[in-house]
Amino acid sequence: MLAYVLRRLIQSALILLGVSFITFVLLYVLPADPVRQIAGRSATPETVESIRRQLGLDQPFVVQYANYLWNLVHGDLGRSYLQKTEVAALLLSRLPATLLLMVAAIFCELLIGLTLGMIAALYRGRPLDNALMLGSFVTVSAPQFVVALLLLYVFSVRLGWFPIGGYGTAAHLVLPALTLGILGSGWYSRIMRSSMLDVMRADFIRTARAKGLGRARVVLWHALPNAILPVIAMVGIDIGMFMSGIVVVESVFGWPGIGQLAWQAIQRVDIPIIMGVTLVSATAIVIGNLIADLVAPLIDPRIRLR
Amino acid sequence: MTTATAPLLPAGTDPAEVVLAVRGLQVAARSDSGLMPLIEDLSFDLRRGETLAIAGESGSGKSITALACMGLLPQPAVRVTGGTIRLGDTELTGLPEARMQRIRGARIAMIFQEPMTALNPVMTIGRQLTEAIRAHEPLGLAAARTRTIEAIRAVRISQPERRLAQYPHELSGGMRQRVMIAMALALRPDVLIADEPTTALDVTVQREVLDLLRDLQRELSTAVILITHDMGVVAEMADRVIVMRRGRVVETAPTASLFAAPQDDYTRQLLAAVPRIGAGQARPAQGSPLPDGGDTLVRMTDVSVRFPVRQGVFGRLHARVHAVEKVSLDIRRGETLALVGESGCGKSTIARALVGLVPHEGRIEVGGKALADLGRAATKALRRDLQIVFQDPMAALDARMTVGELIREPLVIHGIGTPDEQRARVRDLLERVDLPALAANRYPHQFSGGQRQRICIARALALKPRLIVCDESVAALDVSIQARVLDLLRDLQAETGVSYLFISHDMAVVENISDRVAVMYLGQIVEMGSRAQVFGDPRHSYTRRLLAAVPVPDPQAPRRDMPRLTGEIPSPVWPIGAGPERKVLVDMGAGHMVAPE
Repeated sequence: MLAYVLRRLIQSALILLGVSFITFVLLYVLPADPVRQIAGRSATPETVESIRRQLGLDQPFVVQYANYLWNLVHGDLGRSYLQKTEVAALLLSRLPATLLLMVAAIFCELLIGLTLGMIAALYRGRPLDNALMLGSFVTVSAPQFVVALLLLYVFSVRLGWFPIGGYGTAAHLVLPALTLGILGSGWYSRIMRSSMLDVMRADFIRTARAKGLGRARVVLWHALPNAILPVIAMVGIDIGMFMSGIVVVESVFGWPGIGQLAWQAIQRVDIPIIMGVTLVSATAIVIGNLIADLVAPLIDPRIRLR
Repeated sequence: MTTATAPLLPAGTDPAEVVLAVRGLQVAARSDSGLMPLIEDLSFDLRRGETLAIAGESGSGKSITALACMGLLPQPAVRVTGGTIRLGDTELTGLPEARMQRIRGARIAMIFQEPMTALNPVMTIGRQLTEAIRAHEPLGLAAARTRTIEAIRAVRISQPERRLAQYPHELSGGMRQRVMIAMALALRPDVLIADEPTTALDVTVQREVLDLLRDLQRELSTAVILITHDMGVVAEMADRVIVMRRGRVVETAPTASLFAAPQDDYTRQLLAAVPRIGAGQARPAQGSPLPDGGDTLVRMTDVSVRFPVRQGVFGRLHARVHAVEKVSLDIRRGETLALVGESGCGKSTIARALVGLVPHEGRIEVGGKALADLGRAATKALRRDLQIVFQDPMAALDARMTVGELIREPLVIHGIGTPDEQRARVRDLLERVDLPALAANRYPHQFSGGQRQRICIARALALKPRLIVCDESVAALDVSIQARVLDLLRDLQAETGVSYLFISHDMAVVENISDRVAVMYLGQIVEMGSRAQVFGDPRHSYTRRLLAAVPVPDPQAPRRDMPRLTGEIPSPVWPIGAGPERKVLVDMGAGHMVAPE
């Protein structure tokens, strides 16, 4: 177990190294010039060159990347080009908000998705199943900002139940988390439905019924733990998708998290921040997968971590 | 065996008491063209303490009968459309689910074919058993646990307290089936339905489970419905037999008279198709070379296959599974060498090493050339000479390709002939395996199991191989179809001179088809010789045990006594540097090789 976690962490470090390299290359070949953004339109060529030298952007690619890595292993993610603050400090100040939103959203997503998927499976082929699957199709295909604006309009503007945007209380959390939750639930209800249908056909379900167990017990005790396994693996993978949703939702709701920071940084070609956010996202995905893999054997004793 | 050992009945019970009465049962499935009957007009009585076998081939409706009695038909797709099922004085058809739940598991219980999948993999054995008891009896956890331990002890599982905390995957197949039996009998039901209870088990394990079932049935005077395709099991276990075919009863008779004088043609055919040990001598000796004649096609010398077990941060090699351990054998041109043994003994692994599907150590020569010395092109050419036919033809055929494409594919891969020639060859091959030329345009799912296996054989023959590996190729087929496929294999061998490496767990089938036999145990060969030598004069204790365990399809035959084993098979996993003791075969004369004990 400990050896497994250790090996996974070593693998994770390698993955993050790869991610940093790819992101660095992409930003290097980007046609937008960060120096122009900083210097402004009216700057003289001399000013531009001096800023370029100051930021080290006149160095060859290999040197730039090596410098970045060297600083990275010392915990230095560089300084924002525009805000002149430490990227690490900036990310740390934004991280709690995003993590809170992420946990709340995954909770919503699983609660809605798994429940509806299970119900759809039990009512397979009947009108309720069709309606739920149509609903899941709509949520999967709906653009994030549409759902966000719809919820805002109904629950904040019309009903006035929740604040329109911002951060601070539990009430502020509800709508952003619900937006992400509804959007993600479509996938999960579909996976859960097909997983549940597979499990309900399994021999051990027939055994459970042959024992004379009631339907509720068969479904909740025998089918559910088996059906949930593929879903857990999905959650780990899904965190990547989640990060893109977070960028949009944080912007719409004015949620002061990493997504909002990323959005601003991309607009201004603030390379150190983009690099920082990418690395944080990659770390989140890697850790999410690790957690998913560690949870699986708790449910299914056949899974051995090696 | 019907009356010799009358069950000791509890006082006050009438031995002739009918516990389950089925009258005019009709079951039908919904299909596009209306209701399709699955069972028509089935009637029988089941008396206390009696074992009634329902025998038949796939599609006969025997399993549907069981599910109908349990109220477990996959409704609404399949349902009872007529007739009655009375358990004591309760009518089961049309009983509301809530009342049926109280009967299921308590008064009528069932065990299934696949003990691997019939238990919930994520729940401990203890919880699954306790749950079954507590579903019907209002016991506290401690009391239920005591009952559970009693139930496990009753099915002769050692260390019952420890088993409670184990999960199904930690037990062997035989143990799992015992757990199922414990679960089914814990509440002393009136009726136990056993649906192919030993089909998925090895033959020695089957013997243990059958013995156990019989003993428990006598103790509890439970009435048993035994559903099976295996006439050997019927002969050993049943008092009476119902033979079913396509949803109808063909014949009902006491076991002894059914075997002695079958009345219906179908029953006669069914019994005639059953492979019997001792009937193999009927095979003509001409057409196949004498066991000591013929030149060698394949020679294996000290072949080992080991799988690594890795552990630790860097996946350090920790131990090895010794699947095949220094096996040496020859296969001669035109002969059938059978490799027999129980699951996990390494017989399939040898075959996979031979055709290059798993890496091996040691030397394998085919036609005098060592496999290891060949280059890429020569290896590909060699693949043409070695073909394989697997157990499950449905899984072995790509469902999206027509039969013609499937059989032609090997020709295309090896670039043999023009497209027209290839198509002509496909027609020719289909004819060889007794399928119409039109079959080429159809898809695998449009054929029956036996026909699909013929398609697999045709595909294997396409490249005119010198050796075909048959890995449990007839194990999944009904006996009558099995007999025809074996005939086909034999005819093809006479025509083309191909050799077979025939891998099977079924001793009767092996005796029917093989020229020579090698018996494997724990990755090593323990006995090898001609069919007559191994079957007529088995020398190794394991071979004897295998042969004694096979159920004999003759109720009059004296039951061969076998020591009741409860021990586990030793593990083939060894730490690095260690390994099993090598068994050196000793020639007992005329090529009969036996490992000394």
